[in-house]
Amino acid sequence: MRPTRFKNPQAEDGQFQLRLIVAYCFMLLMFCILIARFVWLQVYQYEHFATLAQNNRISLLPILPNRGLIMDRNGVILAQNYSAYTLELVPSKMPDMNATIAELAKLVNITPRDEKLFRKLLAESKDFESIPLKVKLTEEEAARVAANAWRYPGVEVKARLFRDYPYKELTSHVLGYIGRINQKDQERLDDEDKTTNYKGSNYIGKTGLEAVYEDDLHGQVGFEEVETDSGGRAIRSLRRTPPVNGNNLKLALDIRLQEVADKLFGNRRGALVAIDPQSGGVLAFLSKPGFDPNLFIDGIDSQSWAALNNDWQKPMINRALRGTYPPGSTFKPFMSMAALETHSIGMHDIRPAPAFFTLPGSSHQFRDSNKNGNGSANLAKAIQVSSDTFFYKLAWDMGIDKIAPTVGQFGLGRPTGIDLDGEASGVLPTKEWKAKRFARYKEEYRRWYPADVVSIGIGQGFNAYTPLQMANAVAILANDGVAYKPHLVQEVVDAKSGKSRLVEAKPDRILPFKQENFEYVKSAMQSVLKPGGTAWRLGIGLPYTMAGKTGTAQVVAIKQGAKYNASALAEQYRDHSWFVAFAPVDKPRIAVAIIVENAGFGAAAAAPIARGLFDYYMTGKVPNSISGDMKTVPMDTADDSAATSD
Amino acid sequence: MTLQPHLIRRLWLAIKAPLDGPLMLFLGLIFALSLVVLYSANNQGLDKIDNKLVYTLLSLTIMWLLARSRPQSIMNFAPPIYGIGVVLLLAVHFKGVTVNGSTRWLELGITRIQPSEIMKIALPMMLAWFFQKYELSMRWWHYLVAAVMIAIPCALVLKQPDLGTTMLIAASGFFVLFFVGLPWKVILGGMVAAGASMPVVWNMLHDYQRRRVMTMIDPMEDPLGAGYHIIQSMIAIGSGGPWGKGWLNGTQTHLDYIPERTTDFIFAVYSEEFGLIGNIVLVILYTLVLSRAMMITAGAQTLYGRAMAGAITLSFFVYAFVNMGMVAGILPVVGVPLPFVSYGGTATVTLFVGMGMLMSIGNARR
Repeated sequence: MRPTRFKNPQAEDGQFQLRLIVAYCFMLLMFCILIARFVWLQVYQYEHFATLAQNNRISLLPILPNRGLIMDRNGVILAQNYSAYTLELVPSKMPDMNATIAELAKLVNITPRDEKLFRKLLAESKDFESIPLKVKLTEEEAARVAANAWRYPGVEVKARLFRDYPYKELTSHVLGYIGRINQKDQERLDDEDKTTNYKGSNYIGKTGLEAVYEDDLHGQVGFEEVETDSGGRAIRSLRRTPPVNGNNLKLALDIRLQEVADKLFGNRRGALVAIDPQSGGVLAFLSKPGFDPNLFIDGIDSQSWAALNNDWQKPMINRALRGTYPPGSTFKPFMSMAALETHSIGMHDIRPAPAFFTLPGSSHQFRDSNKNGNGSANLAKAIQVSSDTFFYKLAWDMGIDKIAPTVGQFGLGRPTGIDLDGEASGVLPTKEWKAKRFARYKEEYRRWYPADVVSIGIGQGFNAYTPLQMANAVAILANDGVAYKPHLVQEVVDAKSGKSRLVEAKPDRILPFKQENFEYVKSAMQSVLKPGGTAWRLGIGLPYTMAGKTGTAQVVAIKQGAKYNASALAEQYRDHSWFVAFAPVDKPRIAVAIIVENAGFGAAAAAPIARGLFDYYMTGKVPNSISGDMKTVPMDTADDSAATSD
Repeated sequence: MTLQPHLIRRLWLAIKAPLDGPLMLFLGLIFALSLVVLYSANNQGLDKIDNKLVYTLLSLTIMWLLARSRPQSIMNFAPPIYGIGVVLLLAVHFKGVTVNGSTRWLELGITRIQPSEIMKIALPMMLAWFFQKYELSMRWWHYLVAAVMIAIPCALVLKQPDLGTTMLIAASGFFVLFFVGLPWKVILGGMVAAGASMPVVWNMLHDYQRRRVMTMIDPMEDPLGAGYHIIQSMIAIGSGGPWGKGWLNGTQTHLDYIPERTTDFIFAVYSEEFGLIGNIVLVILYTLVLSRAMMITAGAQTLYGRAMAGAITLSFFVYAFVNMGMVAGILPVVGVPLPFVSYGGTATVTLFVGMGMLMSIGNARR
């Protein structure tokens, strides 16, 4: 029994054949499963995998467009690109970054600032991105690194275009600057669905025209479709979509006029805006002091940033656009327009202009800037001598409801709509404004008092306007109410077609005021520069006609009975010096508003700047006081014009 | 000296005599296919084709020598070959060459050998010899002895560590047991036990081995790491579609996305360029080889012959299935070449040795 249990040829044979069949069936079944898997992969999932294979195979390399140039009205280049070598690292390809940086430091001079900037960018970037360690290598440095680059994987010398602002401080508050795309920019690009167009771009306009005209300046990124292997190496180029370079901007601004203005300001703080009244083109736009925008392009180092930020003169603030100041007496022409338009006064009405004005039933004295007063005057005379008491009384008689609507027509107290971001609104005081402004205060602060209007009449009180608004208002007045929207960019020159897109020279609106009223106020302003006017000195030897108005804006209130004494006040509390002007009186070509901070009387500080500026603009003569410093005007021209007008 | 036509004819007949016609035909077709794929996988380089021709010719010679030998005389070499195999594995354990963290090779001055490869043949031979010897006095404990014979090389190869080869060796041993009549209840019981011991085995696995299993279950979990190879080969297969991208036109292949594309992953290359149709053709060719091998097995006269032929046949199936299954993403990545197609001398020699033994067994019944 026992042996047969293990050795039964018949049974064993049968059992073996059965197992063979089982094994065979098992194999066939497994192969069927395999085939089913192939069908699933190659038929049902074919589209999916075909797409994946295609994505593997093809990658898009961005080709950067050249950023558009910015030039002034005469074609002088204000923002340009230049090519330079950079030393760049791709962190993901580097086995030991710190060691490599130490090695590279032997080849090129890597300053602590370079390294600090690099670390900052490193933290913001992705691993496989190329990050500059040192920009603007010299030819020699570039050659030295390129010769040794093979020893350090992930190290490359690249030629890149860099932005440059040759006029530095002179254009900082107009052009703004570009800077590296940061997290916030990236999020905005994502939101606006522009991420694709910024593939490979490192820079974006941050402020000024660079930011406002970003879409024009940036251009359209191009792409090269390349076949890449698994190591990311490009094998061959399949298709190339060339980039479209950014459009060039041509400004209304005249850089030479801008420099004349800057030189006339010297080291003083303030702002100047000059506008062509007949087009709204901004001829000069200055905020003093400025800063060097080139510092910001590749990320500003903390030292320079601290210096700019802690400077008490606040060079980063765009005073022309964002600084709001009480306009002082430069408000009076607009006040006069309101009085004439509302028939609150006749052109020839003579009224007293005493040393001080008191409200009925009050002992508070509203003093005149002329301690003896000016006797009596009509409206034109009151403008010429800048009588405060005359305008106190006028404002008191009119009330704020008759003043604000007319003055508001000149664009005061609201953004002018210039092509720059962050424009301040200023304050055109009204009853509603006061209630809203002090909504969270007690009733007695919110309420409009009849006396509130008195100081508003001479451009003090709640009045607060930007120099840009004042320049715009003067331009509208000079142009008899035909208002243009102020704009810096005059033409956008298409990089592809070369065609220009002009900023439309169509009036924004026309003020519904009487021509005779314009004439009256303008002629009164002209008399300001004539004997008896507050700026009579300016009118001496004037080879063209000019109208203007001085202003002095109080920074601190002077106590009753006390006397304003500039030398006794710290500089920051001294009065601001204003001057608004235009020339020529008929068919004005230039209107300007100038404020010199803490410089005292308008006639003393701001007015001479206007004369120098207008002399240059109208006659081409560079004022003698600054002719030696001018950079934008070729010396021979400056000499010629000086010679001819002497 | 001139070669007379009748001399050539006689020589041809002498060469042909021990060879199995159908098997040679199917293998020849697979081999021709493999040259076509290798040319593409090697970026149209002829160097690997030359090498492959050389080692295939060498392997064919060995096969021919085996095929014309009697199974009986081959069988007698089983104990010494098994013994040498174990000794070499021990040598690997103590003095082996370590590559990529595993110690699988033995440096022999002129060449490197992988003793675990010898075991793929030596173990089933040894077991078949063992059961043949005790055919008439089989007791249950003979299975225990057989289990120890399986366990020794398996333990040594597992230590290297080389899980894939361990499983292939263990499988070849199991196939012998299966064909000599291991009771069904033991087989089923073993399966249940194996299933139950999975968690224990899981804990014994190396990290990289666990990763491979996890990768198979969800390659997308780590697409740039462990899952990269399997994803890229699945993309290659899937993007081949029903008809393939055409010979030399596989983008995954030629842009270097397929790893090990002349060896373990050569099937992805084939599949990308020849599509579902190509896959079905290859599977049919393998099925034909297996069917013919099954017929030879069925006709084997001795227990040794049945067990050995059956083990060779099933092992051949396992290689083909595991390789294609791995590349298609339904089995974990283990280092198993695609039989007769993958580039590599050692594996080819082993396969042809198996084929030679199979033919020898087939010839014995005539």
